[in-house]
Amino acid sequence: MTEIMSEIKRDHMLKLIADGKRLDGRGVEDVRKIQVITDVIESADGSARVKLGKTEVIAGVKIIPGTPFPDTPNIGVLTTGAELIPMAHPTFESGPPGEDAIELARVVDRGIRESGMVDVEALCITPGEEVWMCFVDIYALDYDGNLFDAANLAAVCALKSATIPGEQYGKGENKPLPITCTPISVTECKVGNTLIVDPNFDEEQISSARLTVTTDDNGNFRAMQKGGCGSITLDELSLCLDRAVEKGAEIRKIIG
Amino acid sequence: MEKRNARQTRELVVPGDILDGTGMRPGENAYVLDGKVRASVMGVRNVFQNTVGVIPLRGGYMPTSGDTVFGVIVDIGPSNWLVDIGAPYPAPLHVSEVPWKVEFGDTSKYLTIGNVVLIKVLSVDESKKISVTMKDSGLRKIEGGRLVKISHTKVSRVIGKSGSMISMLKNMTDCRITVGQNGMIWVDGEDENADVAVEAIEMIEEQAQSGNLTDRIKEFIEKKIPQDEEDEYDDEGDE
Amino acid sequence: MSGHTDMVLVDENGLRIDGRTAEQHRPFKVEAGVLNNADGSAYVEIGKNKVLAAVYGPRECHPRHLQNPTKAIVQCKYNMQSFSVSDRKRPGPDRRSIEISKIISEALEKVVLTELYPRASIDVYIEILQANAGTRCAGLTAASVALADAGIPMRDIVPALAAGKADGHVLLDLNKEEDNYGQADVPIAIIPSTDEIVLLQMDGNMTREEFDHGIEMAVAGCHELYELQKDALKRRYSKRAEEESE
Repeated sequence: MTEIMSEIKRDHMLKLIADGKRLDGRGVEDVRKIQVITDVIESADGSARVKLGKTEVIAGVKIIPGTPFPDTPNIGVLTTGAELIPMAHPTFESGPPGEDAIELARVVDRGIRESGMVDVEALCITPGEEVWMCFVDIYALDYDGNLFDAANLAAVCALKSATIPGEQYGKGENKPLPITCTPISVTECKVGNTLIVDPNFDEEQISSARLTVTTDDNGNFRAMQKGGCGSITLDELSLCLDRAVEKGAEIRKIIG
Repeated sequence: MEKRNARQTRELVVPGDILDGTGMRPGENAYVLDGKVRASVMGVRNVFQNTVGVIPLRGGYMPTSGDTVFGVIVDIGPSNWLVDIGAPYPAPLHVSEVPWKVEFGDTSKYLTIGNVVLIKVLSVDESKKISVTMKDSGLRKIEGGRLVKISHTKVSRVIGKSGSMISMLKNMTDCRITVGQNGMIWVDGEDENADVAVEAIEMIEEQAQSGNLTDRIKEFIEKKIPQDEEDEYDDEGDE
Repeated sequence: MSGHTDMVLVDENGLRIDGRTAEQHRPFKVEAGVLNNADGSAYVEIGKNKVLAAVYGPRECHPRHLQNPTKAIVQCKYNMQSFSVSDRKRPGPDRRSIEISKIISEALEKVVLTELYPRASIDVYIEILQANAGTRCAGLTAASVALADAGIPMRDIVPALAAGKADGHVLLDLNKEEDNYGQADVPIAIIPSTDEIVLLQMDGNMTREEFDHGIEMAVAGCHELYELQKDALKRRYSKRAEEESE
């Protein structure tokens, strides 16, 4: 299902954005208000509920002993999943994750994995036999654009506050999940010829391309994903990369 | 000078709440159980003649015959268009109900997906099939301007008693403003003035329940758009 | 129901492992209007259960072949999030979730005035964020509030609570351990204005007296929960109900 936007609204927004203004009063580089609550779900080993403007996402971490991959016998396993559940938006349908949910999960996963955020080498229980497996599950609860950044924040905050449940499985004491850094993604959308950071739902609807860039604490790039049917120029790419570092640092400070 | 009435606190009722047990008849959004009238929606208890019912606080727009509404074309068939008017059902606009002579299959030449139209609800039958028309004075395809969406329950506040609020908005902002019964409102005027008008309408929706609303809206607009003392009171009727 | 434990679920003073007596329910919490996009929404906690419900509708019925020409259908989807239980649940509907979705849809169809919206669908989504026995009751409780929040016409708001049996005692509102290792579980939902039952399941082993006692406690508990459901809506919207006539 798609929602049809009225031509009047579309034209008005395009005009505003071409002038560097947005309907909600933000500047083209402004990120919406971020609210994070961690430890919201006791049954999870780590959890976070994140609001990015009106977009709301919940992520939970479950850490379970399991068998390592044969080619990495002493390394823990990290798996990320996401669901765009129908309560989040009138156009979301029930059913198994579609390509949007899968792309979302894989992009969030990439940022976490490539940055080495979770010290997977420290998750070995018995070499070659048993390791800790980290399952991160993300659910969109209310969708007003930019699930990429909201989901990344939720997953990262859930992992940062997670505890390895050694006692539950008789595998030693409980201890915090070993974390090495905080990967932050910054997503922009191209509307006409203007790039706007942290698009809301309406802005996404009128955009032609989307770029998500994930950086680590040192401002190095760990993951990128271009989406949408439009194209971006090299100059536009350069602007996005600069903003990803700058805004990434600001967001990292906010979540602490 | 506005006459200020005493503030009435009307209690919120929810489904199942007893509205009356003294023999009154059920009004809108109410039903009878064991001789008592009960609410079927969340809203404000309302007495009308010898009936007691509920004025809903929430809930989508349900069209009634005679409503003038704005809609968006969401689908096109060879002899009709489907219009989203914010109701649970889309409204089919048939080629026989538009002012143009449309050949079979030529529908997209006149109205395309995303176009905004001002139409009137002709009737709603028992199975809730809605029929609409664009063949009446003032009804047309709408171009330019802005569309504001508010809850249909607040439309009467935007219009005001005898159109007082809407006239004030139009005069002070020098904009054309048309209010659809479905909560969709069209504003057309100079950019900055239109911005103020839109903000004022959103304020009315947000603060619909507060006292002295007309004065506060007037103050708000005055701050943003200096009013010319000699402006004549333009008594344009409401569309 | 099938577990075995040496744990004492009800001690010699009649106290349960969480300190409650047989007739006490766990703490309740109900909030209305918690999401932006949904037409109606609610958040409920019963003990450690944390449940979110959202409603969209009435709206066009999808899939179209399920449309009813004389009334709206209520389609409820109950889902447990993977991290809501101590042993991670694989995402996706399982047979249990499908059954629960069905019985909740049926319970709600009885109260919603569906004849007002022929051919439409009222879609109800229940997400269990954290589970601790009694999620279907918490889910239905939240769904009812979400429906009222959406302004959908209904006869009454529906509360749901479970009774059960553990260590030979009939108990109100089983917690996780009592549900896992106990002897019976009876979730029930009622229409408070008439005490009609719209949801009822039972599994385990109970005598007629035990069952009757359990139902009595559960119905009383439902009435208490009902007050909180109404209060949640009133707290959320009372300000808006005040009007000044001009």
